[in-house]
Amino acid sequence: MATLTTHPDCVPLVSYRFGKGATNIDKYLELDGYKSARKAMELGPDAIIAEMKTSNLRGRGGAGFPTGMKWSFVPKQSAKPKYVLVNGDESEPGTCKDRLIFEHDPHAVIEGVIIAALAIQAKMGFIYLRGEYRYLIEIMEKAVADAYARGFLGKKIFGSDFDLDVVVQTGAGAYEVGEESALMESLEGKRGIPRIRPPFPAVVGLYGGPTIINNAETIATVPHIFRIGAAEYAKLGTERNGGTRLFCLSGHLVRPGVYELPMGYNLKKMIYEVGGGIPNGKKLKAVVPGGSSTPVLTADEIDIGMDFDQVGKAGSMLGSGGVVVLDETVCMVEFALRTMKFYQHESCGWCIPCREGTDWLKKSLTRLHAGGGVDKDIDNIRYLAENMLGRTFCPLGDAAAMPTIAFVKKFRKEFEDHLEGRGCPKHRAAEPEPALV
Amino acid sequence: MADVTFTVDGKKLTAPAGTLLIEACRAHGIEIPAFCYYPGLSLQAACRMCVVRIEKVPKLQTACTTPVAEGMVVVTESPEIAQARKATIELLLGNHPLDCPVCDAGGECELQDMTFKYGAHESKFVDIKNHRDEQQWSPVVYFDRPRCILCYRCVRVCGEGMDVWALGIQNRGSGSVIAPNGQDHLDCEECGMCIDICPVGALTSGTYRYKTRPWEMSHVGTVCTHCGDGCKTTLGVRRANDGMEIVRGDNRDKSGINGDFLCIKGRYGFDFANREDRLTQPLVRQPSGELKPVSWDEAIDFAGKRLRELRDARGGQTIGVIGSNRTTNEESYLLQKFARAVLGTNNIDHHRTADYPAFAAAMNGESEASLRDFASAKAVLLLGNDPTEQHPGLAWQIRTGVRLRGQHLYVANHQNIKLRRQATSFLRIRENDYAALITYLAGDDSALDRNGEAKAFRDAIRGEGSLIIVFGSEFRGSDVEALVKFGSSLPNVQLACLGDYANSRGAADMGLYPDLLPGYVPVIAAAHFAQEYGASLPSQPGLDLLQMFDAAGHGELAALYVVGANPVARYNIDPASLRNTFIVAQDLFLTETARLADVVFPAANLYEKSGSVTNTFGDLQLVKKAADRAGTRADFELIVRLAVAMGADVKQLVPFGHRGVRADMGQARGAQSGEADRHGVWLAAHHLEPKLSPFDPFAIFDEIQRLVPAYEVPRLDLLSGNDQHLRSGLVQIQHAATRRDVVWPSNDTLFTSGTLGRYSRTMSSVLESREPAETAAD
Ligand SMILES: Cc1cc2nc3c(=O)[nH]c(=O)nc-3n(C[C@H](O)[C@H](O)[C@H](O)COP(=O)(O)O)c2cc1C
Ligand code: SF4
Ligand code: SF4
Ligand code: SF4
Ligand code: FES
Repeated sequence: MATLTTHPDCVPLVSYRFGKGATNIDKYLELDGYKSARKAMELGPDAIIAEMKTSNLRGRGGAGFPTGMKWSFVPKQSAKPKYVLVNGDESEPGTCKDRLIFEHDPHAVIEGVIIAALAIQAKMGFIYLRGEYRYLIEIMEKAVADAYARGFLGKKIFGSDFDLDVVVQTGAGAYEVGEESALMESLEGKRGIPRIRPPFPAVVGLYGGPTIINNAETIATVPHIFRIGAAEYAKLGTERNGGTRLFCLSGHLVRPGVYELPMGYNLKKMIYEVGGGIPNGKKLKAVVPGGSSTPVLTADEIDIGMDFDQVGKAGSMLGSGGVVVLDETVCMVEFALRTMKFYQHESCGWCIPCREGTDWLKKSLTRLHAGGGVDKDIDNIRYLAENMLGRTFCPLGDAAAMPTIAFVKKFRKEFEDHLEGRGCPKHRAAEPEPALV
Repeated sequence: MADVTFTVDGKKLTAPAGTLLIEACRAHGIEIPAFCYYPGLSLQAACRMCVVRIEKVPKLQTACTTPVAEGMVVVTESPEIAQARKATIELLLGNHPLDCPVCDAGGECELQDMTFKYGAHESKFVDIKNHRDEQQWSPVVYFDRPRCILCYRCVRVCGEGMDVWALGIQNRGSGSVIAPNGQDHLDCEECGMCIDICPVGALTSGTYRYKTRPWEMSHVGTVCTHCGDGCKTTLGVRRANDGMEIVRGDNRDKSGINGDFLCIKGRYGFDFANREDRLTQPLVRQPSGELKPVSWDEAIDFAGKRLRELRDARGGQTIGVIGSNRTTNEESYLLQKFARAVLGTNNIDHHRTADYPAFAAAMNGESEASLRDFASAKAVLLLGNDPTEQHPGLAWQIRTGVRLRGQHLYVANHQNIKLRRQATSFLRIRENDYAALITYLAGDDSALDRNGEAKAFRDAIRGEGSLIIVFGSEFRGSDVEALVKFGSSLPNVQLACLGDYANSRGAADMGLYPDLLPGYVPVIAAAHFAQEYGASLPSQPGLDLLQMFDAAGHGELAALYVVGANPVARYNIDPASLRNTFIVAQDLFLTETARLADVVFPAANLYEKSGSVTNTFGDLQLVKKAADRAGTRADFELIVRLAVAMGADVKQLVPFGHRGVRADMGQARGAQSGEADRHGVWLAAHHLEPKLSPFDPFAIFDEIQRLVPAYEVPRLDLLSGNDQHLRSGLVQIQHAATRRDVVWPSNDTLFTSGTLGRYSRTMSSVLESREPAETAAD
């Protein structure tokens, strides 16, 4: 599903160079490449950050934090070196956009790093790739080498007085190292567990130096903001939600794929028009709007604009842009179990509520789904999830708890249908009753 | 830092800005539950038990990571907070084996306490628990994964506290597990700090596991009998068939000079006391040459009579006495008094492990450092010695100072000792260059050849505003003098001299020397001692330990009284040379020395008696009788009995009941041990007032305080279990001529402790486990 798909409503901005051979640096240059970096160099740090604020770009990693504001937190003076860090750990189920960027437009990431480095006056950048994205390392490393060869990286970039080094690094395969502080631990060669905050990365980050860490899409968007102008960019989206984003449509759709659409685009339209609706004449049951950690929406909750604020108002989150569409045949207990299996597997284990909670929830859901459920299980599942929420060391615990609470709350009847030794109705239907002899 | 004012549970509090909320609350008596937080170790925020509500902050916050701030309003107990903690406990219990009925920690488990407090009374979990088999990591350390709550205290105390880094965390999520970094076993210092700090029963010790329930023990605070650091230790004792048995050693009482710390010896090296081959009956050599058990009266009468005959026939100068590094101050003092006043000899010595007399002579108003001073010192200069092996308590204090208070440590050594890792500056010198180093430090550039490095070292030391200089037995005689002199040229200097055993310093202070009386008073100046003792004392220096054995070889040593020492093994004495010497030995075991004796008295050890000991830093502490082994007697009692059997006046020897000396109320003797009854019978038989006893070490302590001014410390502080630093540090002497150097460092390691250490099964098993594995023949 990680193929770029298009639809008339699409606004190819970040995806502007996708499929055009821009991994080749000459091609990239031909398509306005590295112009933004030069422009930013003329602007200087304060103006860069001002532009970023004007753009209303909000982080594409999940939390939607205003990027310009994040950059402005980095102290101007620092005894320790400053760093720019690209979060390419993309592991949230339902999310598959960063890999397209790395695959089709690696130089946009590099150019974004250059602009971010100029903004905070960092001399070093890291591009951290998800452990499983081995095939992207080669592409990224070649792009970095080419940029060095052209003098866009290294000493005195673009003939200026500014030095910048960029290193591509890969993880060992853990969702948790997508969390920014765990990523820094991992990058430093330690176990991928999060750090205590405060201090925040902007003040004390990688190797103790002030660090900006952004999602790969966020960073790859930056050159385009400078290409078309921040105000122009902001106008593409809605209030406080500038620009476009790569939505990853997956699940029961006629045309699943990654589409670049303006922020605030209607979800219902996204499913029925952009994604082509539900195949085989089935009915829509539910939608996970922003990656597996966002609370599920029922079929009648989807007439909303897809920006951080509107989805928040609807009781869920825009998250990482992974829209998972479920038709009427999906067993929500099984789906909850599938989700929990992921979080149980990915919990780093550092804190009690998440480590024990995900393990317990997985066991309960497994048993319930298989027909071993007892009455109190349903309340217990909700109780456990509610008691994890807000109590864990990092947001992974919340990411496991929030969808679980929503599943039980919105589809309680389906959970109840699994009780009394009956197990999943779907599986029951598939297995014929044993014939009487 | 400036103080800030904030509100906790409606109370206005103040604390220095930056103080962690959990600490600020504790300081004001508000306890916040915590599994992962541990004072002095890095922050984890992993257990989420310490959550509190801070006004204007949306989520509950962890008190262990939140610094107090001006105007902060905090609630530490509320239904919401109780629910959060309860849920955390419930989550933990979901995978916990709940084998409390057999768990070592049952009854003193933080998880039990928290469950009790927050009432996770309903069992919600019905699924199969994750299980892993128990593992043995070393002779000392066992790990039971299902009980582990992953608070990471063990990992941190081992790494940050001990600088050993033997433990780590493997896997992730619910598969996370504490594991030795060395695959399946530990090659560590075996200190047991991880076991002690574990809030639950996940880490257990080979010496204690599954032996008893905590509430079946009595807990007695006393002092470790091994090295010269004098760590405070709490012994858990339990009634056994033949007395009170020690089942556990720990440092739950953190008020001691060792703070959180105990090494393997202090924690597990008590087990020699419980051995079956302890001597429990007096032995007397028969005409056949055999040692045969006899009654106490028979043995004491025989030894007393024989010593008296030899003294009267051949003179006191033909009798030698060797004292101990592990007996109490009172016993050492009494022993020298007995030697000088009753046997009439100055031939008294002990196994010397440091040149304390030279130190005493050199000190001229400089102050001596207490062990406590090391953790707070701004700078420390360590010359010689390897504290990690020989003074683990000191090493801990120094590491703590460096880690938490930015202490500067300067190390000069002929070996790459481990503490160099904490050193600001490490200077490797040759083994025989210590004296030259002092000359160099004092300003003579020609004394050392490798000047560049040494110069930086010297400049840095001279640049310190205050400094503790601590030195090992590499320094003796005039080198000590030169060192002290160099020290006195620097501002705010304190000094410390390292000797090896629990009461090596006491043995020296109490005058177990042929030429020095208690307080390092030369024997020639014995007048006021003679007056106090009501006897004429020999005024010529006697034979030192080696001279005594030489004399024995020449047939000139009629008798030798050995108390708690094993010189035959230590000094490699040829047994044949002792053929013509009548030997009386007091010991726990039939050691190489006791085996040659004519009379052997089974002695109690330091854990089985009361009195005082002085660590090598001059910290005076009480030891309390914790255990008891039927058939043994404290050395104090044996010396008194022997003196009386020789016809001495017991009231002269132990000045009890006169000069306002305190009466013995029985506290000093273990009330449960039967000792008090036994003493009562003896007192009645000797027409003595049963309430006043010559077996009371405090009667002698009074005399020590009269004659050795440094020991005049407030008695009440001492009695309440606090260490007291000697008043003026060491007692200064006018140095009596040049003395023969008979210092013989014991070179113990973490896992040895002289003869006594050989009888510790725990220590031997660690040593055995370290031996290179032999490959099987086929
Ligand atoms: C458990 C967890 C996993 C995360 N994984 C990712 C990830 O794979 N990629 C990513 O960009 N951000 C991830 N984040 C968010 C990052 O912590 C961080 O907020 C983000 O990289 C900031 O970039 P942005 O401001 O550009 O969104 C994760 C957060 C959590 C709590
Ligand atoms: S919530 Fe806790 S256990 Fe879960 S991933 Fe974060 S730190 Fe690790
Ligand atoms: S073994 Fe004990 S101290 Fe170590 S992490 Fe587990 S519970 Fe904590
Ligand atoms: S450091 Fe010394 S005094 Fe302390 S426990 Fe170890 S042996 Fe005993
Ligand atoms: S004590 Fe604060 S989280 Fe463990």
